Amino acid sequence: MTPDTTGGEITIASNDDVVRVRQLVRTAAAAAGLSLVDQTKIVTAASELARNTLIHGGGGSARVESAARAGRRPGVRITFTDDGPGIPDVDQALTEGWTSGGGLGLGLPGARRLVDEFELRTEPGAGTTVTVTKWPR
Amino acid sequence: MAEERGLATEAAGATAPMAKLLRADAGRVLDRWVELVAGNVRGRITERELRAELAELFDLLVRALDDADGAERGELRAALAEISRGRARQGFSPTETAVGVFALKQAVLEAIEADGAGYAGFVPFSAFVDDLGLVTFETYAAEREQVIVDQAEQLLELSTPVVKLWDGILGVPLVGTLDSARTQVVMESLLQMLVDTGSEFAVIDITGVPAVDTEVAQHLLKTVMAARLMGTDCVISGIRPQIAQTIVGLGIEFGDIVTKATLADALAYTLRRRGVRIEDGD
Repeated sequence: MTPDTTGGEITIASNDDVVRVRQLVRTAAAAAGLSLVDQTKIVTAASELARNTLIHGGGGSARVESAARAGRRPGVRITFTDDGPGIPDVDQALTEGWTSGGGLGLGLPGARRLVDEFELRTEPGAGTTVTVTKWPR
Repeated sequence: MAEERGLATEAAGATAPMAKLLRADAGRVLDRWVELVAGNVRGRITERELRAELAELFDLLVRALDDADGAERGELRAALAEISRGRARQGFSPTETAVGVFALKQAVLEAIEADGAGYAGFVPFSAFVDDLGLVTFETYAAEREQVIVDQAEQLLELSTPVVKLWDGILGVPLVGTLDSARTQVVMESLLQMLVDTGSEFAVIDITGVPAVDTEVAQHLLKTVMAARLMGTDCVISGIRPQIAQTIVGLGIEFGDIVTKATLADALAYTLRRRGVRIEDGD
């Protein structure tokens, strides 16, 4: 079995899985030809979001894939899904410094700044899905 | 799993004739089996050890073949699992491990051909050996998983050293992921060293930390704050360009904590603060 360098899916159930997500994203970002800075940014964003999935979503999964767009080189897209309680107030969650549980309150807004595309779908009681994309420059 | 599927449901009666044949031909089949396996493992296990292992297996196998209640099969499975575990620990490849079992089929087939005996008994026997192969492989894989888990634990246990860089200056080289458990260890050993040495400065080097996210930053800040309460100034060094940009992107503030790009810069800075003068020799 050859390792797939462009993606894969990881179940997030423990802190070790957050590390695995980070490693997978790093491999995928390097394969997509992202610069070292952009690799670090998407890896860090993935780390934040994976931890959110674990802590606030009660576990879930991360899917890493190659994102295509017309006429340009493909980027890296990561989708985090959980079946947790959802986010009651999205605007508040995206506000810098607001935290629900003892953190710095920079995870979600910080991750949004580190990526090129950020999409958050959530509904109270119906889980949360966050999709982020980084394009090579 | 293979254990439930295969061995238990295999009709014992179907393999009994093969047991008789194997008993009659025991010496020849065993010799050939040892020969085939020895050729495969290429001297990583002595032929005597191998023969002893296989002879025991062969004996158990023959008994299992004409055993109706399954007790002998359990014993065979246990012996096989033990050998597979050993193989996994010794770094044998999956193929080398599995061939150890499958080679028996060839040895038996050759014996049947030489005798001109019927092939009828060979089909259930072959299925039986295949199931044993699955047992072998599952044990092998499980053992390798265990090796990986053990290694991961050992890595976690690698204590993070706090080293003395200069009189009054401690160094804390961080390598790898900084999680809560790890931070706790680092913080405790740093604070203890501060008490023991009465150092004024501590340099926390994060060159080996692959990604600094908000959790890592928060752990770093807490460590620095705790050291500060004990009267020690901390310098964070080893901030690479990509890490710096990511920290800015995340919006993390390090406040008035002194940060440096390299450990050398941090050492020079703390030495200067300590009033140590360094001169180039001529």
